[in-house]
Amino acid sequence: MEWETVIGIETHVQLSTQSKIFSGASTGFGAAPNAHACEVDLALPGVLPVLNKEAVDKALRFGIATQATINQRSIFARKNYFYPDLPKGYQISQLEIPIVEGGSLTFRVDGIEKTINLTRAHLEEDAGKSLHEDFLNMSGIDLNRAGTPLLEIVSEPEMRSSTEAVEYAKTLHALVRWIGICDGNMQEGNFRCDANVSVRRKGDNALGTRREIKNLNSFRFLQQAIEYEARWQIEQIEDGLPIVQATILFDSDSGETRLMRTKEDAHDYRYFPDPDLLPLVIDDDWLVTVRSSLPELPKSKAKRYQSELELNGPDVASLVSTLEAATYFESTLAEFDKKTTTAAAKLIANWMNGEIAASLNRTQKDFSECPVSPLMLSKLITRTLDHTLSTKLARLVFEELWAGAVSVDAIIKEQGFTQISDSVEIESYVDQVIAQNPQQVEDFRAGKNKALNSLVGQVMKLTKGKADPTQVNEILKAKLA
Amino acid sequence: MMLDKTVKELGDALRLKDFSSVELTQAFLDRSKSLNCEINAFITIDEEQSLAQARAADETLSKGKPTALTGIPIAHKDIWCAKNWITTCGSRMLENFRSPYDAHIIKRFNEYGAVIQGKTNMDEFAMGSSNETSWFGAVKNPWDLNRVPGGSSGGSAAAVAAGMTPASTGTDTGGSIRQPAALCGISGLKPTYGLVSRYGMIAFASSLDQGGPMAKSAEDLAILLEAMVGFDVKDSTSLQNKPVDYASAINESISGLKIGIPKEYFSDHIAPDIQKGIEQALQEYQRLGAILVDVDLPTSPLSVAAYYVIAPAEASSNLSRFDGVRYGYRAPEYDNLNDMYAKTRAQGFGAEVKRRILIGTYVLSHGYYDAYYIKAQKVRRLISQDFMRAFQACDLIMSPTTPSTAFKLGEKASDPVQMYLSDTFTIAANLAGLPAMSIPCGFDQMNLPIGLQLIGNYFDEAKMLAAAHQYQRATDWHLKKPPSTTV
Repeated sequence: MEWETVIGIETHVQLSTQSKIFSGASTGFGAAPNAHACEVDLALPGVLPVLNKEAVDKALRFGIATQATINQRSIFARKNYFYPDLPKGYQISQLEIPIVEGGSLTFRVDGIEKTINLTRAHLEEDAGKSLHEDFLNMSGIDLNRAGTPLLEIVSEPEMRSSTEAVEYAKTLHALVRWIGICDGNMQEGNFRCDANVSVRRKGDNALGTRREIKNLNSFRFLQQAIEYEARWQIEQIEDGLPIVQATILFDSDSGETRLMRTKEDAHDYRYFPDPDLLPLVIDDDWLVTVRSSLPELPKSKAKRYQSELELNGPDVASLVSTLEAATYFESTLAEFDKKTTTAAAKLIANWMNGEIAASLNRTQKDFSECPVSPLMLSKLITRTLDHTLSTKLARLVFEELWAGAVSVDAIIKEQGFTQISDSVEIESYVDQVIAQNPQQVEDFRAGKNKALNSLVGQVMKLTKGKADPTQVNEILKAKLA
Repeated sequence: MMLDKTVKELGDALRLKDFSSVELTQAFLDRSKSLNCEINAFITIDEEQSLAQARAADETLSKGKPTALTGIPIAHKDIWCAKNWITTCGSRMLENFRSPYDAHIIKRFNEYGAVIQGKTNMDEFAMGSSNETSWFGAVKNPWDLNRVPGGSSGGSAAAVAAGMTPASTGTDTGGSIRQPAALCGISGLKPTYGLVSRYGMIAFASSLDQGGPMAKSAEDLAILLEAMVGFDVKDSTSLQNKPVDYASAINESISGLKIGIPKEYFSDHIAPDIQKGIEQALQEYQRLGAILVDVDLPTSPLSVAAYYVIAPAEASSNLSRFDGVRYGYRAPEYDNLNDMYAKTRAQGFGAEVKRRILIGTYVLSHGYYDAYYIKAQKVRRLISQDFMRAFQACDLIMSPTTPSTAFKLGEKASDPVQMYLSDTFTIAANLAGLPAMSIPCGFDQMNLPIGLQLIGNYFDEAKMLAAAHQYQRATDWHLKKPPSTTV
């Protein structure tokens, strides 16, 4: 029996505003408990919410970036339930008319492009935190996080594997950082996913009963949780047991999911429009302002890189995977004149996707923190384009730059890295190698082309890699002909 | 005697140094203390804090630039948070809650140099029409100590009527300023929704709540209103409006003023004495040059029903914050979190509050929301449209404020529906967000005050106050004092 997993994802994105969504208190992380909780956050009697315009701006940025519909009149609603870290006894959220509806996200899985439709994105406030450990027989309540602005982004159930789900989450994560609405810090809980998972037999049209895995704050946990859950559901069904709609938690220590509550004990949240807040009205001018402040989006950049710079799909995908990478790429490219742009672009892409990506990965850095600046990389590439450096020498120079050196030309000079391109000099090395390797010479003449490679290698070794391999090749062939 | 004077007269006297704010404040404090055991109008009197403000006011009166309110003691309904003052909202839940911040209007009054004379008694969380639901005991009507003062701003009304304070503040969700003003024979004004900031007013029903002044005369209301109105960045429903000089506006002539008379408000349910009192008031208005026109408010009979869906719905959510976690009452013993919530709220809230939380929770519940809440909102819109049509034909609408004069303590306490119906004429203005006021216009056979209600179009407070002031210049009902045998 072949099974298909169906996944929809709800993501809580913490919007990177200075102050909270309905109060003037700071959103700073790591302060002493309740240091960032003002009278509004504490829900003192008589206080009222006032909407933070910056949070709205960020929600609009997201809507525009995903080509969604912006509801120019949206409504805040109260979601009522009791919990100690929910000071008002209700959360201000949006239900019937969210600020953003629709839109989509595109990414590649195994080289194939996939587009996932978004259902909606709405603004809401975060709750506080209950601290159960430090108090004997009691719980502490920290309301620093209470009232932090969130954008809840809901996808359609269109993902079919944990890998797709992770790629979706990674793409969303990169996008919210790209458009500057979220710092993306997953450890601090600023980007967390709930995964709705169901399974069905391949070919079935109806959706299976879903269970929602709450609060997954790493891509790895997202993948593990979905895989475990899908396996569990398939086993249940194969054993003839029903799937009951439920909210579940993923235990990262055991790698298993466990029940939190079933639909039967779900709350009746008694949503109704919040009378303390007027409908949120976005006029055309506001939209225009936000639209014009958005950076060029990854999709558009990718298209441009392919058509203008003749780069290939996989190269481009990684260049636009983060704003830092794209910025690095463009800053480097800006150092070249029109004539060399295309050639330079390919080399920059190679460096970024090869040596630099590996080094950054090793040191856990992103492109904005790369010790080899775009200017240095452009100098390095210039010296390969003018044949001063061979690829091999360029790599050695790169290592020096990574280690802290600053000037490409100074390294070349100090280390004597200049490529030997004087044909007379190369000929003398070639003659030497031919004299020392009669066997290989004979093999080559007998038609074994491999022997030539070995001879070229000998010359390169003799010149400590400084000879131009193309030239060596040509001269060798001429001499052995 | 200074205790009989209006705010206007007291302000003039203070600025002329006839007496100091400290003397004035002390005199009202003394009278309040001596009468409070009978009337129970105040929940909190804090002489030290009041006198400190009075001393500061005297400084301003002698050296600075005094306002019309500098040095005037004002009693505030205990629904307004005032920094360092116990603010109870008439509930056991907040019996010991000392507010760490000032409501917007308290800040405004402080800036005007007024003195907080104390916090007045009220129905618990403003839910009641008789002041009997207060955790701190019922307030007595100064005109007859066996009768209720009305509610929920009963303490504020009784305090002014008994001469315990020159003026007070109230809040009005369904008539809570106008009904007690009518029953205690004073003047009270509920402004247009959004004119007075709700920041720091403990919420009952957010879309209906509106604070306003209560005083002896329309002229005093104008002076107080000026201090209370104005945009507040902390209240998203607060309105940005051009400032109006209410104190000058009240002198406008009302000759040619068209007064709309809605027949729905003159039904058989009105006590005959009230009917008579209102008719005489309307005749007086005609003498003053006003013209009476008939208007229709066909949806108004549905206002009580719509109100008792919308107000409890909002209240059930607004009162969720009283959970025993962060401040206020917490049950002394409980087994777990849910038990703590249940016991705290069971013990901290009184019966009427619980009744409304239950109604509100019910009407918002899944499966009932459309039938109750949405339908009530539709009725609400129809009621507003009625008024908009009516105001095409008239400038102001007049009616009785209440169907009966002050009723006996306990008379309606066991029959919530009868109690709710005592707001039958006042509720529509809240649903529509319109300004409305009550002024005294006579007495019934038992010498109990009768209130005349004025309802204006949006932002027509000045027009209403002028109509009230012109009437009060021609009559003296507002100057009548309760018999000295009672107070």
